[in-house]
Amino acid sequence: MKLPVYLALIERSEETLAASYRVVSEGHAAEPDVHFLLQTLASQCDKHRRILAPVLERHQLSDESDVPESLHHEGLSSTRSGPLGLLRDLQDLYLAASLVDITWTMLLQAGQGLADRDLIEAVQQCDGETSTQLGWLRTRMKQAAPQALIAAG
Amino acid sequence: MTDRIAQIWGTRTPYAQGARWPARVDQALAEGVGEDDVDAWVQSACLLCSNGCACDIAVKDGAMVGIRGRADDTVNHGRLGPKGLFASWQGMSNKDRLTTPLIRENGVLVETSWDTAMGRIVERSRQLLEETGPLSHGFHTSGQLFLEEYYALGVIGKAGLGTPHMDGNTRLCTATAAAALKESFGSDGQPGTYEDIDDCDAMFLFGHNMAETQTVLWSRVLDRIEGPDRPLLVCVDPRETEVARHADVHLAIRPGTNLALMHGLVREVLEHGWIDDSFIAEHTIRLEDVRAAVEPWTPEAVAETCGVPAADVRRAAEIFGTADRVLSTVLQGFYQSWQATAASCAVNNLHLLRGLIGKPGCGVLQMNGQPTAQNTRECGADGDLPGFRNWENPEHIRQLAELWGVDELKIPHWAPPTHAMQVFRYAEQGSIRLLWVSGTNPAVSMPELPRIRKILADTFLVVQDLYLTETAALADVVLPAAGWGEKTGTFTNINRTVHLSRQAVEPPGQARSDLDIFLDYARRMDFRRNDGSPLLDWSGPEDAYAAWQECTRGRLCDYTGISWTKLEGNGVQWPCNDKAPEGTERLYTDAVFPTDLDRCETYGHDLLTGATVGPTPYKAMAPQGRAIFKTAPYSPPPEEPSEDFPLRFTTGRTAYHFHTRTKTGRSRPLNDAAPGAWVEVSPADARAHGISEGDLVDVTSARGRIQVPVRVSDIAEGTVFAPFHYGYWDQPDGAEPRAANELTLTEWDPVSKQPIYKNAAVRIGRVAASTGPSPAPTTTASRPARGTGAGIEPTTGGPAGQASETVLEPEES
Repeated sequence: MKLPVYLALIERSEETLAASYRVVSEGHAAEPDVHFLLQTLASQCDKHRRILAPVLERHQLSDESDVPESLHHEGLSSTRSGPLGLLRDLQDLYLAASLVDITWTMLLQAGQGLADRDLIEAVQQCDGETSTQLGWLRTRMKQAAPQALIAAG
Repeated sequence: MTDRIAQIWGTRTPYAQGARWPARVDQALAEGVGEDDVDAWVQSACLLCSNGCACDIAVKDGAMVGIRGRADDTVNHGRLGPKGLFASWQGMSNKDRLTTPLIRENGVLVETSWDTAMGRIVERSRQLLEETGPLSHGFHTSGQLFLEEYYALGVIGKAGLGTPHMDGNTRLCTATAAAALKESFGSDGQPGTYEDIDDCDAMFLFGHNMAETQTVLWSRVLDRIEGPDRPLLVCVDPRETEVARHADVHLAIRPGTNLALMHGLVREVLEHGWIDDSFIAEHTIRLEDVRAAVEPWTPEAVAETCGVPAADVRRAAEIFGTADRVLSTVLQGFYQSWQATAASCAVNNLHLLRGLIGKPGCGVLQMNGQPTAQNTRECGADGDLPGFRNWENPEHIRQLAELWGVDELKIPHWAPPTHAMQVFRYAEQGSIRLLWVSGTNPAVSMPELPRIRKILADTFLVVQDLYLTETAALADVVLPAAGWGEKTGTFTNINRTVHLSRQAVEPPGQARSDLDIFLDYARRMDFRRNDGSPLLDWSGPEDAYAAWQECTRGRLCDYTGISWTKLEGNGVQWPCNDKAPEGTERLYTDAVFPTDLDRCETYGHDLLTGATVGPTPYKAMAPQGRAIFKTAPYSPPPEEPSEDFPLRFTTGRTAYHFHTRTKTGRSRPLNDAAPGAWVEVSPADARAHGISEGDLVDVTSARGRIQVPVRVSDIAEGTVFAPFHYGYWDQPDGAEPRAANELTLTEWDPVSKQPIYKNAAVRIGRVAASTGPSPAPTTTASRPARGTGAGIEPTTGGPAGQASETVLEPEES
């Protein structure tokens, strides 16, 4: 059964996303809304991992090497500068959050296939927040794009 | 005569529930002027707070010499507050008024002609349009101009230039009121009315020091309190305000924790079943979201987070849940605080749970900070589109394009209009290269002043104002504006009452009305409609008003029935049209809300993050005239006390000043009552720091420092307060910093984008021993702590603070 592989994927993806949110939060601290909100979103990712922990406990990987490194997303380790850099960094976050979002969808399908009520409930507690994270990233990028692409030096 | 500095709210005229508030005509005339000397009384309304008191201006020999309240007006029933009495005409007729345009030459502001000054703006404007386009232009306007002026500015920005970068200082005072109304009810628009004070059984004041922010409205409450059947009063405020002193329950909450308290109150109301199930079923959606959010917030959990007794939370909820008619008011303690929109929506939610809306004595007053802030919101001079239109609704954009005769693509609508904090950020980054400030003073009023001053100094800055403010002193072009009593126009207060303010006197020197300035700019820029005719062909305010009426046709803020003739005399409440020819006292009497997809002003936001909901999910939600329960989980404020900065810092007003004191600081009785800045510290914190009354202290945050004397007051332990009015225009060069906003942080609510003035962490340290008491008034929330006032002179007005009060018998009023 490959479910543990996908559980490992979501676990790692949430961890990467939280770290990426924190990197961008610090890198763009001069944008206060970005700075403070990304801290909140990072905490949501941490919480998702806590919610998932009991499910992971039940569906442990038999062998860590079952999860190919190519499955993972690397996340952001540094930020770009200026208005265009902010836009591009938010786009990278959008991609990382999208991976999490669609992975939740796959896990929900698997949970239903297995009739695993705990897994279904865990996903339902998390995936709404992830999609709101995407919504915020889209809202913020739409606001920033014209100024960054047209007027900024 | 009454000393209206000592007696801020004047003489009591008690009345019973459901009775008419007795009229009392307040009047102040210049020294040596008697009623018989007055040549003319010219109608207006007061511009020195958001209450909107109707008044007449006394004119003698071409000068304003006095003021009196209008007895028949629904807002004030003749009364005026100390600011209206002593800083209205007095705040205008001062030797410091700007009388000629100024331009910066070799780093210095020098006098020039209108032609040269406007020529310089237009040259810069054209050059930037050519180089970069309209996104190079930013506007920061006010909550103190007139409706016609905002609408002109809105049209210039949206249809002339095509820039989304326009907002007002209303972002700092009223943005959350608008946001909360939009999220819950689908559109801006005050549900309640002041008459609800006459009818209510209980009143909740959420972060609202009404006694100082709207003194005349508080007189009305005091008159109910002294009447035969006083309403119960609940006050949420960390300070021992006058409101708190009269309250049955005072929740002296930790700043930044409002939403936790609100969740606790909502939870109690739900737990006890104090709800109207059929109202909820028929007229609301998404109660399940609220149930989930409030679930953890037991009274004990609230007590732990907010620092208030659990029993008080229970009692407050019981009052809300069991009183027949409940009126709530909300202001800056919620709006300028963490999770502002979510906390303010929670007030709306309480009313929806019980169906207490649209009925006498019931409902919500989401207040404003400034006198004409409502118009900034309506006219599209802030982060909204004119007539409460929805930037995400293509049909609304089409309507505006048709009204203005321009292409839909000309009107920026890819995102909401840019909020003030972001406008300043773009200026900081150099992508906004022309910033035009009208009628406000960001160099004192914005958060984190060291940063704001640098931005203002580094950007091509146009400022139009009455005085050479701290902001004007940094400008490249300064335009002298005509003000209240020197121009004609209309404006609208918190409870949708529109007043006409007539020109009483000529403006000083070459000063021109803000409308004339905007129209001149539009002419010089040659903005045109698609058919080649001028975009703004208005000759004056009456044309502008007529255009505005057309813009509001069929919208919630419908002005089409409010002609200037109808406004001769007293105010009229919108909506006023063929269906409601005398105006509308209360909105939502039928519990049908403007949430329809085609009608709503917004599709809403996620209140935690500010993510837009968007048209498709909104449509799926199918509100269809039902109100929406909006909420968010509580999260702690971004800055909490730490080892370095152990105290919570909050800011606010005093009754004697307005905004940054440009007018009130020039009134002798008002200035004498509150002549300088101070910081309030609780007795326990004062002891812990070895500080006593009048000691000079440094208050320091991660961003800056102020040095001010201490008032030991009854503020909640762990919290310190500084008034935000005091800047530097009347300080000597090199004076120690004293503006509260030296300390505040740059962050804003994710939905309303209102800055967070009320949550910062500071430390306090004694600099020098007292040489006398602090200059804080003794008549307000800044009064000395109980049992500590010995040796502190009470605040009085002396001969200059006298006004007459004439109580009219009921049959006369």
